[in-house]
Amino acid sequence: MAKAECTPKWNTLALRNRKTCPTPEKSFQTTFTPVSKDKNSQTAGLLAGGDTQSSNGPSGQFVARGSIESPSKVLLMLVAGLSFSTRLYKLTEPPHVCWDETHFGKMGSYYINRTFFFDVHPPLGKMLIGLAGYMSGYNGTFPFIKPGDKYENQNYWGMRGFCAVLGSFLPIFAYLIVLELSNSCTAAIIAATLLIFDTGCITISQYILLDPILMFFIMAAVLSMVKFNQQRYRSFTASWWFWLVLTGINLAGALGVKFVGLFVIVLVGLNTIGDLWRLLGDMSLSLVDIAKHFLARAFALILLPLILYVTIFAVHFVVLNKSGPGDGFFSSAFQSRLIGNNLHNASMPEYLAFGSTVTIKNLRIAGGYLHSHWHLYPEGVGARQQQVTAYLHKDYNNLWVVHRQQDNNSQSGNPDLVRHGDIVRLEHKETTRNLHSHLHEAPLTKKHFQVTGYGINGTGDANDLWQMEVCGGRKGDPVKVLRSKVRFLHRATGCVLYSSGKTLPKWGWEQIEVTCSPYLKETPSSQWNIEDHINPKLPNISLSVLKPNFLEILLESHIVMFRGNSGLKPKDNEMNSKPWHWPINYQGLRFSGVNATEYRVYLLGNPVVWWINLASLGLYFTMVAVASIATQRGFSLGQQRIEHSLVLVRGGGLLMLGWLLHYAPFFTMGRILYFHHYFPAMLFSSMLTGLTLDILFRSADLLLHPPYSYWFQRTGQLLLLFSILYSFYLFHPLSYGMTGPLAHEPGSAMAGLKWMDSWEF
Amino acid sequence: QLGGLPLVVTAQVDLLLVLVSLLAFWTRLSHLSYPNAVVFDEVYYGQFVSLYMKRVFFIDDSGPPLGHMILAFGAYLGGFDGNFVWNRIGAEYPTTVNVWSLRLLPALCGALCVPLVYLLTLELKFSHLSALGAAVLLLLENSLIVQSRFMLLESVLIFFVLLAFFSYLRFHNAPSSLSGGTPRYIWLILSGVSCGAVVGVKYMGLFSYLLLLVVASLHTWKLIGDKTISHRNVCVQCVHRVLCLVVVPVLLYVFWFYVHLSFLNRSGPHDQLMSSAFQASLQGGLSRITRGQPLEVAYGSQVTLRSSVSQPIPCWLHSHKVNYPIRYDNGRGSSHQQQVTCYPFKDVNNWWIIKDPGRQQLVVDTPPRPVRHGDVIQLVHGMTSRFLNSHDVAAPMSPHTQEVSGYIDFNVSMPAQNLWRVDISNREAESEVWKTILSEVRLVHVNTSAVLKLSGVPLPDWGFRQLEVVADKLFKAHSSSLEWTVEEHRYGTSQEQKEREAELHSPTHIDVDRKISFWAKFVELQWKMLTVKQEESEHKYSSSPLEWITMETNIAYWLHSSTNAQIHLIGNPVSWGVGNLSLLAYQLLAVVYLLRRRRGLKDVPDGVWDQFVCLGCVCVGGWLVNFVPFLLMDKTLFLYHYLPALCYLYLLSPALLEHAHTHLLRYRALCVGALAVLLSIFLTYRTFCPLTYGSPELSAHQLQGLKWRDTWDILYRRR
Repeated sequence: MAKAECTPKWNTLALRNRKTCPTPEKSFQTTFTPVSKDKNSQTAGLLAGGDTQSSNGPSGQFVARGSIESPSKVLLMLVAGLSFSTRLYKLTEPPHVCWDETHFGKMGSYYINRTFFFDVHPPLGKMLIGLAGYMSGYNGTFPFIKPGDKYENQNYWGMRGFCAVLGSFLPIFAYLIVLELSNSCTAAIIAATLLIFDTGCITISQYILLDPILMFFIMAAVLSMVKFNQQRYRSFTASWWFWLVLTGINLAGALGVKFVGLFVIVLVGLNTIGDLWRLLGDMSLSLVDIAKHFLARAFALILLPLILYVTIFAVHFVVLNKSGPGDGFFSSAFQSRLIGNNLHNASMPEYLAFGSTVTIKNLRIAGGYLHSHWHLYPEGVGARQQQVTAYLHKDYNNLWVVHRQQDNNSQSGNPDLVRHGDIVRLEHKETTRNLHSHLHEAPLTKKHFQVTGYGINGTGDANDLWQMEVCGGRKGDPVKVLRSKVRFLHRATGCVLYSSGKTLPKWGWEQIEVTCSPYLKETPSSQWNIEDHINPKLPNISLSVLKPNFLEILLESHIVMFRGNSGLKPKDNEMNSKPWHWPINYQGLRFSGVNATEYRVYLLGNPVVWWINLASLGLYFTMVAVASIATQRGFSLGQQRIEHSLVLVRGGGLLMLGWLLHYAPFFTMGRILYFHHYFPAMLFSSMLTGLTLDILFRSADLLLHPPYSYWFQRTGQLLLLFSILYSFYLFHPLSYGMTGPLAHEPGSAMAGLKWMDSWEF
Repeated sequence: QLGGLPLVVTAQVDLLLVLVSLLAFWTRLSHLSYPNAVVFDEVYYGQFVSLYMKRVFFIDDSGPPLGHMILAFGAYLGGFDGNFVWNRIGAEYPTTVNVWSLRLLPALCGALCVPLVYLLTLELKFSHLSALGAAVLLLLENSLIVQSRFMLLESVLIFFVLLAFFSYLRFHNAPSSLSGGTPRYIWLILSGVSCGAVVGVKYMGLFSYLLLLVVASLHTWKLIGDKTISHRNVCVQCVHRVLCLVVVPVLLYVFWFYVHLSFLNRSGPHDQLMSSAFQASLQGGLSRITRGQPLEVAYGSQVTLRSSVSQPIPCWLHSHKVNYPIRYDNGRGSSHQQQVTCYPFKDVNNWWIIKDPGRQQLVVDTPPRPVRHGDVIQLVHGMTSRFLNSHDVAAPMSPHTQEVSGYIDFNVSMPAQNLWRVDISNREAESEVWKTILSEVRLVHVNTSAVLKLSGVPLPDWGFRQLEVVADKLFKAHSSSLEWTVEEHRYGTSQEQKEREAELHSPTHIDVDRKISFWAKFVELQWKMLTVKQEESEHKYSSSPLEWITMETNIAYWLHSSTNAQIHLIGNPVSWGVGNLSLLAYQLLAVVYLLRRRRGLKDVPDGVWDQFVCLGCVCVGGWLVNFVPFLLMDKTLFLYHYLPALCYLYLLSPALLEHAHTHLLRYRALCVGALAVLLSIFLTYRTFCPLTYGSPELSAHQLQGLKWRDTWDILYRRR
């Protein structure tokens, strides 16, 4: 219906469209700005010409149209060529592990070896790295122990190359997005140039990292969203569906690599809400039509990404079926899935007995094993007794021995089983202290009591006694290993052993706090199960543990990931980057090498590019403020200005929103932050710069008369291009490697380039 | 048109207003001096009031100084002399303390909130009946009563927030034909002043202030779009608004600090957090010690070096005649040279002598040769004559950094590396002289270019639990843990070690006062307030923001020392529910309205719609800005943080009811229902009165009956 309405306008406006397919976008805009219709014939040439000066008659327009069509293709080829060559140049240098390659390369190897591991990011990025490695002949044997390890004969180029290729698409996508939003090749080429010659973008694309993959999906999602927005007058056509579905797929990809992908989902979500709001206001659409639109979007942007995201996890769990370093983070039931884990086809005594050595695992997801070690609580934190914590890794300090209240050392015959309601004493095997609690405040959860290790060789006091209860059990029920949920009630105070999930400070080795809670509500935090059970006097029985279903696994792994993410707190001695450092390019990251003798790569944005971006943000706000006040005040603006302000407000607004969404949330995050977290936001910022500067140059005729304004525009563009190229020439060693003395020492290749004291190259 | 309104109507309004005001004063001010004991956070604010009375400098990171000043003013009116130790909740006030005057100002503010809410509802263009409803909700809210009746700041904050909104809306609603007239602008100025006060009382007020700015800028935006007004007029009006709503609050905010700093001019317990220059500007304390010291540090100067960070504790570079252990507990080796630490107390071992590497003497020449930026020096420890040294040995607690020691030659081919370059980081010129107190200096180790740094880690017993000092190569430009200031300083005169020791033991002296400007002090104090992090720990009554909505938590404010009489911060559960319900209802209704309007179905006329939107902006917006930020905060939070947000809900409820009754559901049942709810609010208020006013004493059984929620902690005394 919308189509039918618009066709007459198309005819009058067809000449204005510079693309082979007439974009109804234009006609839509004109409906909002009726002025444009009247002045159409005079201004059409200007609009179509963009940076050409042809404004007389239809023949000029045809010329303009043709001349725009081919340059944009040529420019695109140019952008692609430069982008690939800058990213792929010196790809295999340095031939050792750089920075976080030690994690992500290792995880790629885990996929090739099918070993289970735990990471705070969703699996897609690492899966793709693993796949790229596999395809390029890497066999997964390199250990990736620490940065600086030489690769020797390993085929690492495939993994780096994969990331670099994805990274090379970023300037291309930026070019296409800005072209779509502003209809100006100049704006698009500025944005692409900024990204191509940014040392930061080059560096971050060249190594085995998640960021190039993440940014690829983010930019692809934005591009398909923008393309989809252009299809608004061709609802439910093939191309409409294509871009819509592609947006959904890219969203799933972005989220599947890192949770930062959530921000682009919010961006697309807000855009979609705006779109639906527009449709709702379109009185020519019936409610049924609107419902159709809504359902189509709900399917493609919510349901489809969700399905894909879940599929990624399904693949992850199917591929990784061997026990590995991440087991301890997961519940006993989960571990039994993994080949090589001691719970896989486990065989151990079925019922808990006195004298057994056990590990006790909290039922809260990522709750940890009950743990103690040779360290006391520090002064001022309750009583100065031995620490009891919960620990996520498997460790001999997790072992406890179950004793009777009074150990009468009856070693004869079969040991007695522990039954519901029995009083037990838990002795820590390594330190021979008893699990103990008393009326002191717990270290973090002040409402609870402190739990300590007390006594020596099992001799303690009455505060060491715990009543063991099987949840839902009756008096006399035995305690089943793995399957029974048990809780430990403290005899003297009546509180229940509890894992609060809070991370202890450094004195507690960043393990998890264990307390005794006076609130007896049954929660997983206060329930435990017996995981390992060693008792030589009892026969081992093969146990088939209840296998968890897929949804349970999915939920569990997400909770573990979120806990892991929020647990990444800054440590005292570590460099802690603050979000306000980022846009000003305050401090980079060392990718490789510290000393003068080493091959150094330093992740730092090209300062000229980044400072232009920063200035453009201010410029953008000023220009939008001026434009909107002028409109609000009702000043009569020329057609060209109205077009410009529409591009600024709509296209620029979208990019600004993207920048804000990818930047502002970091201010509220408590986890440790790094410089490279800014890069997705930087992409949006660069695109915004392209759009803003282009319009700034073109508005030169506000101040200058036509021939001069044209010269001003050209000079500005050339100056910009030159400064970007020259600064890239100056700073390219940051990405492609430096050797020799550091910048502040004499004889350095980077001498004089340390413009800020905080840069470390 | 003023004559058109019958006088009778006006009088009726006044009567209602007067009535609720009187009731408010009665509920907030009666028996104000009971209990005659320190209640909850009075113990916290009280110490600052005492310090104000004694004019002793303090720093409180919980909020700007206006709130404390208001409390202190109340104390001043009552003749409080500051001589009371605020050490525990429940301590009895002596007869010399006028408790009534301490609590008077917050209670007055709390009482005035009730008529303000009444007036504000009228300015939102709802009826007197709604206004009465809002006033009654506020009047009978137990938690607000409790919070107002003690020496606490929430009621003051709420009062200023309401005043700011009321006066702004008064300004906005005033007929613009009077735009030239001053009365209208008086309201705008009053609004600006209240905004300044809001931000001055608590930082949370900032969000309410921002909301007001948003509302004001929306109105201004409409004004800009109004083409019937001339360009000049628009400009003038915009400038007026910016002046009153932005410039005035900012100036006032600075003014509070000006008063604070000029009033508190004596040194006190919080001095140590501040820079040496700041301390020197206070009477007593450091200024007494440092008065008349030579300004320029010269070769041969005897100095104490204070670390610029005050984390974990302010301290001075220190050494003593004990060596690092040969092996640490974890098996790592050390240089076994003399320990260099940072010591948080004044001590004769904190003295160091600045020596020219090219010369042997340790006395100051005449005339003194000043040390400048970039000069290379040696530092000699005054009492042991060891040279400050660093080398490629891992530091005891931070093994990624270099050890710093007093050099002892053990003849193990470990040469002395005791040259340090002076790097003045706050220099104005390249050849600047190193100045006492004013200069912040980095000591760069010449051999390794590492920088002397306080790592802040306490050493184990072998280091007497003093703080570790290291030299760190990975220096970060912004870290103030690298910077040191000369605090005590004199020109050394004795070349002989014995004489020098005697000299070091003698106190420094002399006179001259060093002033730093107000702006420097303001910036430093503000920066310290925002960055000083106190140890965040969970409190027994702390809670999480989501618990506030359903009031899952309470706070015990006071318990009588022998009986069961007690005061709790517990809201009126019925009003609380009404507030939540109206919040939900408003949002639902707004969504329905919006969707239907978008489809061209106008359920209510435009005027009413505007009124509805304005109500939402102020009330729902106010609730959001006062609640959502807490979700993102890492602080220890309490139920009373929710009270400002709650007031917005009470403002919303009756207005929304009126809207629904006039435009949607014109049923009599609605009125009856509303009356029934009001009645039950009154009854619950009465029920919880004993916990609000702390009397009469209830039996354990009655208390059990008041425990409407399992999660509330109500105290019973075992008899």
